[in-house]
Amino acid sequence: MSGLENWSWDYDGWIVLAGMLCAVAASLPGNFLLLRRMSLLGDAISHAILPGLAVAFFVSESRSSLPMFLGAVIVGILTALFTEWIRNFGDVDEGASMGVVFTTLFAIGLVMIVQAADHVDLDPGCVLYGAIEMTPLDTVDVAGEPIPRVVIVLGSVTIVNLLFVVLFFKELKLSAFDPGLSTSVGFSARLMHYLLMVIVAVTAVASFETAGNILVVAMFVVPPATAFLLTERLGMMISCATVIAMLSAACGHLSAVLVPHLFGYQSTSTSGMTALCAGMFFFAASLVSPRNGVIVRIVRRQKLAQRILSEDLIALLYRMDERSRDCAVSSQKLSSVLLSRPWLGAWLMNRNVRKGQVIRTESGYRLTDAGRDLGSVLVRSHRLWEQYLVSEGGVAVDRIHGQAEKLEHFTSRDLRDRLDEVTAAPSTDPHGSRIPSEHMD
Amino acid sequence: MSVLLLLTVFTDGVQISDIKLHAPLLAVAESLTNRSIAWPDWEQWKRVLQLQDYNTRVVMTGTGLLGMAAGLVGSFTLLRRRALMGDALSHATLPGVGLAFLLAPYLGLNGKSLPVLLTGAALSGIVGVAAILYIRNLTRLKEDAALGIVLSVFFGAGIAILTIVQQVPSGHAAGLESFIYGKTASMIASDAQLIAVAGLLSVIIIALLFKELTLLCFDEGFAGSRGYPVLILDLLIMALVVVVTIIGLQAVGLVLMIALLVIPAAAARFWTHDLKRMMLISSGIGGIGGLAGSAMSAVFPNLPSGAMIVIVCSSLFFFSLLFGRSRGVLVRIARRWELNRSVDRQHLLRGMYELLEARESAAGSAGISVPYLQLLRMRTWSSFRLLRQIERCRHNGLLVRNDDAGLSLTEAGVVEASRLAHEHRLWELYLITQADVAPGRVDQAADAIEHVLEPELIAQLEQLLEQQRTSGGVVASPHPLESSAGQRAAGQQAVSGDTSPPPVEKGRMP
Repeated sequence: MSGLENWSWDYDGWIVLAGMLCAVAASLPGNFLLLRRMSLLGDAISHAILPGLAVAFFVSESRSSLPMFLGAVIVGILTALFTEWIRNFGDVDEGASMGVVFTTLFAIGLVMIVQAADHVDLDPGCVLYGAIEMTPLDTVDVAGEPIPRVVIVLGSVTIVNLLFVVLFFKELKLSAFDPGLSTSVGFSARLMHYLLMVIVAVTAVASFETAGNILVVAMFVVPPATAFLLTERLGMMISCATVIAMLSAACGHLSAVLVPHLFGYQSTSTSGMTALCAGMFFFAASLVSPRNGVIVRIVRRQKLAQRILSEDLIALLYRMDERSRDCAVSSQKLSSVLLSRPWLGAWLMNRNVRKGQVIRTESGYRLTDAGRDLGSVLVRSHRLWEQYLVSEGGVAVDRIHGQAEKLEHFTSRDLRDRLDEVTAAPSTDPHGSRIPSEHMD
Repeated sequence: MSVLLLLTVFTDGVQISDIKLHAPLLAVAESLTNRSIAWPDWEQWKRVLQLQDYNTRVVMTGTGLLGMAAGLVGSFTLLRRRALMGDALSHATLPGVGLAFLLAPYLGLNGKSLPVLLTGAALSGIVGVAAILYIRNLTRLKEDAALGIVLSVFFGAGIAILTIVQQVPSGHAAGLESFIYGKTASMIASDAQLIAVAGLLSVIIIALLFKELTLLCFDEGFAGSRGYPVLILDLLIMALVVVVTIIGLQAVGLVLMIALLVIPAAAARFWTHDLKRMMLISSGIGGIGGLAGSAMSAVFPNLPSGAMIVIVCSSLFFFSLLFGRSRGVLVRIARRWELNRSVDRQHLLRGMYELLEARESAAGSAGISVPYLQLLRMRTWSSFRLLRQIERCRHNGLLVRNDDAGLSLTEAGVVEASRLAHEHRLWELYLITQADVAPGRVDQAADAIEHVLEPELIAQLEQLLEQQRTSGGVVASPHPLESSAGQRAAGQQAVSGDTSPPPVEKGRMP
């Protein structure tokens, strides 16, 4: 039993489409919320619109959609305004002012609703899951075809948001990165901020009505954050976020249908699984993002550590070779001098053998000509740095070795020549050891 | 007011979509016309205020204690700029509750028992904490994004799991909803005891580690460099938030918990700069909010207690925002006015001194008249502003008005004016000799700082500039004095023309 036997494109297709539209609509303005460090605004608005709904209900004395939508959007925008005012006037941290505003508005709305209705017959279950699964049931005929109302609503919101981002791309970018400059060259950063707030409020309210708020709150934050880890260009980030949002919606519905079957349950909430899928994408991106991924950084650091250790081994062999020509040393001896783990030393020496820098003999390792060249470059860098630190940096002789030991691995030919020049081409370092001459090739 | 409504509505924003979708289900007709809150009679007040009902006693004790504990812990999260961490963590507990219920039978436990569910919530909260720290420390995303991601992803996972829980035969009635919704009105004695224990625990931990936690809040880098285990302390603060949140969640629900963690601490910040006092005030506000809110809800049976607690707390917040003694809006406005006034006064006196100096030696110039119009042209100030300052100075006996629309300094005025001119010029000299600023630009720079120079700094400047100093009196101005506003404005433009905005790298992330 795979769980897919009930899949029908007429039904599930619409759900996936609605999910994708909601995800894209939210992630487009979400990019700018992330850059402005206001990622939690979607969550705040989702709590705060309650009094708007209640007032709309009182004023219109009906439950029709339009007044409720307007009421919610207005309160959504007010949430952003109040947050801003409290932050400015009270000099309160953004998160705290947001927390004050949305909990207060929520409480006020709650009191109003309790006054309006003595009892309400709500199914708490339905509350939590969002109603995106009901998408195909409520249709409107467009050109003779029954199209779900949700898809039409979310589709128009997506188009509006897309137009907003494309038309105001330059202004949005500038005001997100440098509000001062943006205002000084003539696009009011404040105006862009409020426009963005309006877009966020409209998107949030339209999506709550149709897809449940878990989905939209997650889509405001997670796809843009994932894209932020993957790229450094804004245009690219927005495109990435859009693709990730669509993928999350598709995977979300699929996994909502499939995953519970593995454990013998029926399908679960699409909104919840979409948020979870987006979270998985984020986690994956944080691990393997090409520039900043956690694993990528660990691998890079390990590689660097190995290169340094392997160069240290060669340099050590070179120094021993200096004292007694053609000496052979065992890898245990090298490892114990360098305080490295023996297996790592042995492994790196094997690699050096393969590179042709070292040969293995009966009595131990011995440098080849190529290895001796590399060693002389390293030792030259090391001793030039020591000389430089003493003559130019005024560092005491007993403290220079450590620093030179670090710097020798990052010293290029140009830098060595300049060190040589600055220190007046010395033949010995402060400890009295001979500085090898630059290898000519 | 039915409990069901409280349960349903007093929750997360999720149900908002639902209220819309199910708006037709809102029981309508007569309730629409009957929105008034009946004013309770004296008997009801007495019953509540004297704590005659057992239930009222329990609820007020519980919410009061919870408010105090949350206010205490909230101070730290506020100072760490993580005010909404309670928001994220309270959402993050949800998958743990669902999983604990689903998995408990396999471990031979009862999935409905409170300790099992609390353990699940705590474990999942800790995973949430770890996720926040992971995102903050190991990626280049900031705090707010970390909170937003953890909040939405964990909540989504929680919803997915709870949907499955509903399919378990006993799952629907398991009461897991009370974790999300809270059940303030039906709080029982053991809940209040749990809150008391958790509150006491956090007080003890905070008291023991007060120094370390303070350091972490104000200067994380310094704490790290002094060898304090920053990560562990950070985890500890978050663990306190998790404990308070979990205890509060099942007692009062999600949004109230967030409010209690944020609002009292934010309100206390307006009253003091001292962390200890701030924590006391914060837990006081939280406690008052809990007590007053639940008392109001008991007196007016139509008001949900959770919402009333939030409303009382935020009223206290707005009161503090306006009247707070150290950072309140009114105090800061008053301070700015005071500063503006003293700046204007100093400008007036120094202006007169410079005009007198231009004519002859200013030192013995008491009584010589300066035309008012010339003073007005010296700066871009309105005649109203100038006249008000002249009145104030006259009142203080620093200058007198003459009949010919002119002003002259009194003896005291000459002393004060020469002191001000002296300070201004000392700073100009310092900028020229020590900071290599061109003489044409020092007037502006000195203008900005002269009003806040302390006596010690003046003494230091004098010592530093001993060689340039003329003996005893006021130093001579290091640049030609301008006497008309037009020249000054031109000079300003020339200065500001140099500071072009920095170029922006196209399309790069910051």
